[in-house]
Amino acid sequence: MTATKQIHLAAHFPGVNNTTVWSDPESGSQTDFASFVHFAQTAERGLFDFLFLAEGLRLREHRGRIHDLDVVGRPDTLTVLNAIAAVTTHLGLGGTLNTTFNEPYELAKQLASLDHLSGGRAAWNLVTSSDAFTGENFRRGGFLAPEQRYDRAQEILDATRELWLSWAEDAVVADRERGVFVRDGAVPVVEHRGEQFSFSGRFSLPPTPQGHPVLIQSGDSDAGREFGARTADAIFSRHGTLEAGQAFYRDLKGRLPRYGRAERDVTILPATTFALGDTAEDAEEVADRVRRAQVSPQTAIAFLEQVWGRDLSAYDPDGPLPDVDPDPDGTSITRGRVRHEKDPAAVARQWRELAEAKGGLSIRELIIETTARQSFVGTPRQVAEQMDTYVQENACDGFILIPHLVPGGLDEFVEKVVPELQDRGSFRTEYTGPTLRHHLGLARPRA
Amino acid sequence: MGRSTYLAVEVSGAGRHPAAWLRPDAQPDALLTAPYHVGLARLAARAGADFLAVPDSLAPPSADPRLVPLRLDAVAIAARVAPVVPGVGLVPTVTVTHTEPFHVSKAIATLDLVSSGRAGWEPVVSRTAAEAELFGRKPAAPPAELWREAVEVVDVVVALWDSWEDDAVIRDVATGRYVDRDKLHYIDFSGEFFSVKGPSITPRSPQAHPLVVVRGDEPEALAVAAARADVVRVAAADLATAHTARERVRAAVAAAGRDPDAVAVLLDVEVLLGADAGSARRELDALDAHRELAPSSLRVVDTAATLVDVITDAVAGGAADGVTAVPLALPSGVRAIAADVAPRLADRGLRTPVAPGATLRDRFGLARPANRFEGARA
Repeated sequence: MTATKQIHLAAHFPGVNNTTVWSDPESGSQTDFASFVHFAQTAERGLFDFLFLAEGLRLREHRGRIHDLDVVGRPDTLTVLNAIAAVTTHLGLGGTLNTTFNEPYELAKQLASLDHLSGGRAAWNLVTSSDAFTGENFRRGGFLAPEQRYDRAQEILDATRELWLSWAEDAVVADRERGVFVRDGAVPVVEHRGEQFSFSGRFSLPPTPQGHPVLIQSGDSDAGREFGARTADAIFSRHGTLEAGQAFYRDLKGRLPRYGRAERDVTILPATTFALGDTAEDAEEVADRVRRAQVSPQTAIAFLEQVWGRDLSAYDPDGPLPDVDPDPDGTSITRGRVRHEKDPAAVARQWRELAEAKGGLSIRELIIETTARQSFVGTPRQVAEQMDTYVQENACDGFILIPHLVPGGLDEFVEKVVPELQDRGSFRTEYTGPTLRHHLGLARPRA
Repeated sequence: MGRSTYLAVEVSGAGRHPAAWLRPDAQPDALLTAPYHVGLARLAARAGADFLAVPDSLAPPSADPRLVPLRLDAVAIAARVAPVVPGVGLVPTVTVTHTEPFHVSKAIATLDLVSSGRAGWEPVVSRTAAEAELFGRKPAAPPAELWREAVEVVDVVVALWDSWEDDAVIRDVATGRYVDRDKLHYIDFSGEFFSVKGPSITPRSPQAHPLVVVRGDEPEALAVAAARADVVRVAAADLATAHTARERVRAAVAAAGRDPDAVAVLLDVEVLLGADAGSARRELDALDAHRELAPSSLRVVDTAATLVDVITDAVAGGAADGVTAVPLALPSGVRAIAADVAPRLADRGLRTPVAPGATLRDRFGLARPANRFEGARA
């Protein structure tokens, strides 16, 4: 009998997108530290591998004005993770940090500081960006050509690794008798000369408790997958269904050998929502209620405008899709969010067909239908069973859960689903080591 | 003046003295661990310090194996101690020469959030070629240029703090709006060195404007301190020099159109305290035997009672509004301040008790500022 494959779980703090329901009476502050404490401590009680924070460096705009329908505002990623480290003991702390609007020496020092001060729990989700819109908040502006995004990401990663691993592992001796703090020559000058960066100097920290922080990546293009296969310890995937998940899993893990890496070296975690109920019907009702709260009438129109590229505020969200066709020049109507490069006319055609096939969906019903993420809906036992199936059948190695509520969105899952997973023998019943690398079963990196 | 004598404590590594890590009571193996920094912060809080200053620098560490070449990010240390050490302000140093003002602004606002209104920051410039080489983006510049840039950074950081009005989040279910976008503001800053659009991604923090602490020693920095600082730090070899330095700061503050009584001037005092003057002296000699450290400001190597006398004289004689005690050795130095200095200051009535939950601005008698953008429409 083969051992049951173990599930890895990450908890995404609900944030700046319409998945997060702010209109619910139970929705608390999105930025008070108390919300982060509650959420993180819940994840730790549930023995999660790590907490995860997303990032966006400019407030999103829609039709030339700040998008006001979703949650807006978040704390600084590194600073709040350092604070969360103070109120947790084992939970990994994953933060998204942009590879375009940061520089290697500073970033290496900040991430290494988080890893040292948390006792080896830091993770960095590398996101690439090239848009001039975000660049307007930074010294260099929109300097990077889109096709260079992964070149820069790869080089910033190479550079930070050179710094993180520059000291010998046994550099610090702190030998009072000889008066020697570091071994002679153990703190070398790092000289990096590349296309994107050119710097030299000594790093101010030895290798961290994890060697260096865990690396997370989420790009889905061919370049993104290759980057992930070469460098990432964990990968967030968007492939929610069992079949699509298995195809992505095979593709990604199939790329590993060419970098001398084994399957277990990379943990694949699709983003997943969930809805729980005492019966399957109750859970469906909960899921439906949440979906309607996530897609308010105004949000439905805003989503439609993203595809149509024009002002549709005169349309009734409970009425049919517009007769007019998308404006081919209006595609930049929404700025500051991940864009999916699809032909608007084709999407509109597809949506009209879908609306008709489903018996005449309204605008809002259609948006609810088309924006639905992969979701596990059912009783705690059913949800545990579905999740376990995905992992055992190699659609993934675990999940990054995106609850819809701050701060209590994880409570019920931890209370009811985690014990079911444990009963199935596929989830840990205690933390068995102190670092995130340990939770993920990863080896310590070498220079 | 009737107000409290200010007390700050600066802690870094094993202490300011480069040989401090060799002392038997030093903890050289713990310098990178959270418990060490939490311990130092707890002692500073027990001493009733107004704030804990956490130095930082981009300067690359020395290759000398006898020195401690470690440097954690100061904002990270401050954020790590904030949730578990109440009752003390937290003022990390932040290099503004090569870094991004947008990142700095949200980091300090977030420190304010996680500390319930106890954050400040000390902007510093990075002047050497070696530091410039670590970033590799631009060459080192002369002080006048560095501080002109620093003013722009401070202005952008503070403007971003105002880019959200306090009541911007409305959660209006009827209209489907989470935020009132008329209460979010582009700052549209464009200066000599960079431009920043805004608004911040981080809402306005508990204090709105975390405290700005600036060193006023060199002339170029003094102008920035006078125009922008809430607290000015100075170094001076003795009280007479300190008096001159404080007068210079106050004159510059007045010349900048601000009230000199609203800007506290803190004198750096390096400290190494012992049971008597002789034993303190011997402890310093032992450190200097390994590697001598010239004083960088007034130095008190003596008893706690003598330090209290010096602080009393400094404040009574108009040489300072308070001090930043800089222990030469840690954790012993901050422990002595908590155990022996703070009670004596209190006995002399020099320290007014602070209300529980006081913000760092409260401690310095500074009101929560109005928002410059209030009423403006985006």
